[in-house]
Amino acid sequence: MAIVEATGIHKHFGALHVLKGVDLVVHEKELVFVIGPSGSGKSTLLRCLNRLEEPSGGSIIVDGVDMLSPRTDINKARQRIGMVFQSFNLYPHMTALGNVTLALRKVLKLGRAEAEERGQAALKRVHLEDRADHFPGQLSGGQQQRVAIARAIALEPRVMLFDEPTSALDPELVGGVLEAMRELRRDGMTMVVVSHEMAFAKAAADRVVFMADGMIVEQGTPAEVFGNPQHERTRAFIGQIDRH
Amino acid sequence: MMTWDDFILAFFSWQIVQEAWPILWDGLQRTILMSLMVVPLGFLGGTILALLSTVHTRWVRWPLMAWVDTFRSLPPLVLLIFIYAGVPFTGLEISAWAAVGIGFFLNTGSYYGEILRAGIESVPKGQQEAARSTGLTRWQTMAHIVLPQAFRNVLPDLISNTLEVVKLTSIASVVALPELLFQARQAQSVTYNATPIVAAAVIYFILLWPMVRVLSRLENKALAGRR
Repeated sequence: MAIVEATGIHKHFGALHVLKGVDLVVHEKELVFVIGPSGSGKSTLLRCLNRLEEPSGGSIIVDGVDMLSPRTDINKARQRIGMVFQSFNLYPHMTALGNVTLALRKVLKLGRAEAEERGQAALKRVHLEDRADHFPGQLSGGQQQRVAIARAIALEPRVMLFDEPTSALDPELVGGVLEAMRELRRDGMTMVVVSHEMAFAKAAADRVVFMADGMIVEQGTPAEVFGNPQHERTRAFIGQIDRH
Repeated sequence: MMTWDDFILAFFSWQIVQEAWPILWDGLQRTILMSLMVVPLGFLGGTILALLSTVHTRWVRWPLMAWVDTFRSLPPLVLLIFIYAGVPFTGLEISAWAAVGIGFFLNTGSYYGEILRAGIESVPKGQQEAARSTGLTRWQTMAHIVLPQAFRNVLPDLISNTLEVVKLTSIASVVALPELLFQARQAQSVTYNATPIVAAAVIYFILLWPMVRVLSRLENKALAGRR
């Protein structure tokens, strides 16, 4: 069953044509990895899926909801789409638990006790239950990103979007975040990940999508895309990555 | 030539202070009351203006800019006299208190508005994106995420402006609202002595100095934080 069905997505930023008719289908419990050179439009595509970016054209259905219809309550639709950002974007004036419970209380309208119970459970899933009372400034980058993951999964989304979740982290902190993502995957979460963590992609992804110049150039299993790329652009990109 | 004793007698006479105290106290109470009125009023006006500034259509943006520019360019004294002396020509009676309230709402509100707007703009865009991605509405995001951080980021400026506002309440004396300065001048003319004016200055100092201290500490902390 398809959780995400994006068809013919276009995005213009002024004169820039960033997405040129992208089709992306993500099935339930699938982990799709989106790779490509910077400026290829992969982050923009991700941000179109929950309409943080307004697509200039195309259609997006997430979990049966038409995201671009004016009749759709976008705030309700977004509850089902978790997002994790490159720069974490934790609320600095709230504790870790406060970050996780805010939407539970204000969007789901849960009472304080119930919200905190669910918030604690979400923090436990990223192994930070003992950091609930810490403010983001008191946490390492890796811990902050795991709190951000907890904030998203506390709403029990149908799909999680990761926008370069480890790019802002020191190398020694990347492992903890990837581990949290691996556990999510084990629990059956549907995930779309934009990232440069190629080893993780090879090990965990069901499908790898290679984008360049606002288009999907090629997609397939990690073995296919990394082992036997069909397109020149893909080969060049993967060749560059491997040399690092 | 003025002798030392004459000098003390003219500016620092304890006896005059005692005589003038009931009048000064009367004025001080009104200054405090007025501050308690105009600071929240200006803050309210400023918050409204700052929130409007987040609406990015020119139908809001241009009138807003004209409003803020106008009331920041007009000297508050001119504005106040215009309201107090001008409005009655429309046939409406206006009390000194109402004139002060309106004048400060317009003037002070515009200053608070610009400070708060800067505060809102200082909050990284990613904060709003994170909040909206969890399903919070635009206004919930404003109330729970953006405004609390905005207030905190511009707290020194807000306090600094509040200091200026409290000082500015002395202009109410020109519309015959008997606040501290007005009463001090009354006392001065009754006693033929400058001591009441000195006393008023000392009272203003005692009133505002703690706020000045808090401000300095916040500014030092902000500097240290940036290092």
